[in-house]
Amino acid sequence: MKGLKIIVLAKQVPDTRNVGKDAMKADGTVNRAALEAIFNPEDLNALEQALRVKDMVDGSTITILTMGPGRAAEVIREGLYRGADNGYLLTDRKFAGSDTLATSYAISQAIRKMKNFDIVFAGRQAIDGDTAQVGPQVAEKLGIPQVTYAEEVVEIKGKEVIIKRRLERGVELVSATRPVLITVHSSAPDCRPRNAKLVMKYKHARTLTEQQDASEDYLDLYQTRPYLKIDEWSTADIEVDDEALGLSGSPTKVKKIENVVFKAKESKVLSPSEIEIDELMRELIENHTIG
Amino acid sequence: MANFFNDNQDLKFHLHHPLMKKIVALKENDFEDKDTFDYAPVDFEDAMDSYEKALEIIGEISADVIAPNAESVDHDGPQLVDNQVVYAKGTAQNHAVLTKAGLIGMSLPRKYKGLNFPIVPYVMAAEIVSRADAGFANIWGLQDCAETIHEFASEELKAQYLPLFNDGATAAMVLTEPDAGSDLQAVQLKGQPITATYDPAKDTYYLNGVKRFITNGDADIALVLARSEDGTADARGLSLFLYDRKDSAVKIRRIENKLGIKGSPTCEMVFTNAPAKLIGDRKMGLIKYVMSLMNSARLGIGAQSVGLAEAAYRESLKYASERVQFGKAIITFPAVYELLRNMKVKTQAMRSLLYETARYVDMYKAYIFLAEKRKLEAEERNEMKKYQKLADVYTPLLKLFSSEYSNQIAYDGMQVHGGAGFMKDFPIERIYRDARITSIYEGTSQLQVVAAIRGVTTGVFLGRIKEYEEISLKPEMEYLKKMLMDLTTQFESTVNLVNSMNDAEFLDFHARRLVEMAGNIIMGYLLLFDAIKDEDFKNSAEIFIKKAKSDNSEKLEYIKSSELKDLGIFKY
Repeated sequence: MKGLKIIVLAKQVPDTRNVGKDAMKADGTVNRAALEAIFNPEDLNALEQALRVKDMVDGSTITILTMGPGRAAEVIREGLYRGADNGYLLTDRKFAGSDTLATSYAISQAIRKMKNFDIVFAGRQAIDGDTAQVGPQVAEKLGIPQVTYAEEVVEIKGKEVIIKRRLERGVELVSATRPVLITVHSSAPDCRPRNAKLVMKYKHARTLTEQQDASEDYLDLYQTRPYLKIDEWSTADIEVDDEALGLSGSPTKVKKIENVVFKAKESKVLSPSEIEIDELMRELIENHTIG
Repeated sequence: MANFFNDNQDLKFHLHHPLMKKIVALKENDFEDKDTFDYAPVDFEDAMDSYEKALEIIGEISADVIAPNAESVDHDGPQLVDNQVVYAKGTAQNHAVLTKAGLIGMSLPRKYKGLNFPIVPYVMAAEIVSRADAGFANIWGLQDCAETIHEFASEELKAQYLPLFNDGATAAMVLTEPDAGSDLQAVQLKGQPITATYDPAKDTYYLNGVKRFITNGDADIALVLARSEDGTADARGLSLFLYDRKDSAVKIRRIENKLGIKGSPTCEMVFTNAPAKLIGDRKMGLIKYVMSLMNSARLGIGAQSVGLAEAAYRESLKYASERVQFGKAIITFPAVYELLRNMKVKTQAMRSLLYETARYVDMYKAYIFLAEKRKLEAEERNEMKKYQKLADVYTPLLKLFSSEYSNQIAYDGMQVHGGAGFMKDFPIERIYRDARITSIYEGTSQLQVVAAIRGVTTGVFLGRIKEYEEISLKPEMEYLKKMLMDLTTQFESTVNLVNSMNDAEFLDFHARRLVEMAGNIIMGYLLLFDAIKDEDFKNSAEIFIKKAKSDNSEKLEYIKSSELKDLGIFKY
């Protein structure tokens, strides 16, 4: 089989799994400065599936596509360190404030420009918004099949891709025809580690904007090693209607953000006696908490 | 995310020693690989950055994968199934992740798919892995065998076997026999020796016999010491062979049930007409190749010991800060904080000795390999010899001190934990068990003394100490240097005193005391130099040197009151 062209959608997110006390600002929005920016965890699961397909089908290539500010190029480097072949950073002030609709529009237009892709992988959802909408919306806009909650790409038979899905009450094997978009669940295998040689190969990979940063020491390398260039696309590079981007293209409006603090109001202290434990058991059985 | 490299500033400190500039220059030979290999560094800073980045990967895998697996690996251990070793699940996972990360065969040249790392960052990686799981560190650390193949095997063998390491091949050094332990010359003297017979038609030797206590004996690639010369009974009849597991001619008869490092399979191997390739020249097996392999392995045990000490210290510091008795965290009591601080001081001292030794090894080995590419200048040859001499005596000194310290630190660490530490609930009991082997294998402490005493009798230690004296210090640290100079004078007179008896057994009897006196002075200086660059080490240097003074004085007193005839009262 001819090598497949794989695209992995990845997002740089604040690490909401390690939330300190200053994670939220007083106005209830996320304090991004206080949280480390990381590769969205389920996007790493997606990358691992892409890498496994690349291992299965010789000659396949993986492109990381991410949308975000300039520093999101780090996500592409992380992908290169693990075995991706190249990456595109979709970055423009006009994207700022995009909700899932505007984001999936921009991403789908970028994918259209890349042409001839076989599989698009994405994480099921990002840990900052938890919407799980961007993947499916991109598939809709591209008019291709989508398989969500994937745990494993089991087999590739010609145009057919067989995928195991993780559902609430079990697993399901489905078949889809390429090109297909697959969103990957966190129950899929963890992504492989960064590879030392790839880190050494790609550690100087930079976007054009980063290369122009005066503190960069290895400018001459970009002449002789073209793979160190991370492509940067703005709205001018993809075919988009500016109105459908950013705040104007985002019908989602946040009405209110509430800080939920759990309080232990009805806690009850029991003495470790048989009688009290018996009483508690009876009470729990009566109110159907157990039994 | 936890990271055992990034959370330990002392590692970066030792990695960035000024001598690294020269080591990298020799190792990279004017960065000759930069246009051939896309992962080769283009300059010194680039190389150092690559070492750091690789160590960050090791640090992350150690913290996130290997350390969390350590408890189950210790509990489950390897299994013997159909005369083959099956690793514990955690061990297999650790190995698979490190292979995917490309961190096996780190010191090999790039043409063999290696990273061409100097010994310093490689040893540092070993320290980090050992902190996570000292037993697993053995399996990973046996990539040392690649270094021996690289140094001594034919070009064909190198081309065939070295690239396999990067793909995750495991290795074993197969030396010990039931009756040849510390005394490897005895290989084949008694019992069921391995005999190698040469089949000229196939250019292959066949190995027959039994090997015992072999770490990771069922590895993909085994370096086997065997008697190739009929009718010999000493070291000169032994050669080193490479056995490929794919030939399926070795049965693992049993896996030992051990006190510690339980995840690392210790095997009894039965060779039955096992085909093997000769490494290098016949008869040089023990005399040259195994000696070199043992030196790398001893450096590895140094790293393992430091990793264990670091783990013990961290576990104990955490426990002492959290455990409340008499209304206070126990770390606030002098009896506890003194224990902890001494654990830290010893860890820092042995780590400084570890990287000092690693730099010496790097310097002379880099010259050896450079000599294969071009003729060395006279000055370079002298430097190579100088560092080789230093490495030869620093390596056993390191092995002796680091393994004994790691045992002491593990012991004190359990003491800090009290009764809770004796239970399986905390990692300290595993660390305590794992540490115990370090002063036994790859040559017992007693045998390290036999090697290190040459540093005393030939004056190599003293010469180096005199060079250390030349390095200038800040005025406020001069008093510590003065103490070390006094200790040096005392050491010289003690050596003279022992020598004046003119008796070999008397020298043997006091050898350990003399070696330790030298070691105390050397580590005192190393900590003092660390303190020049980093104030943090100043307190450690002060504590260590004061302790060295009392320790060395005690040894002198003991030797002074010792007479030749006293040896008799110790005798069996």
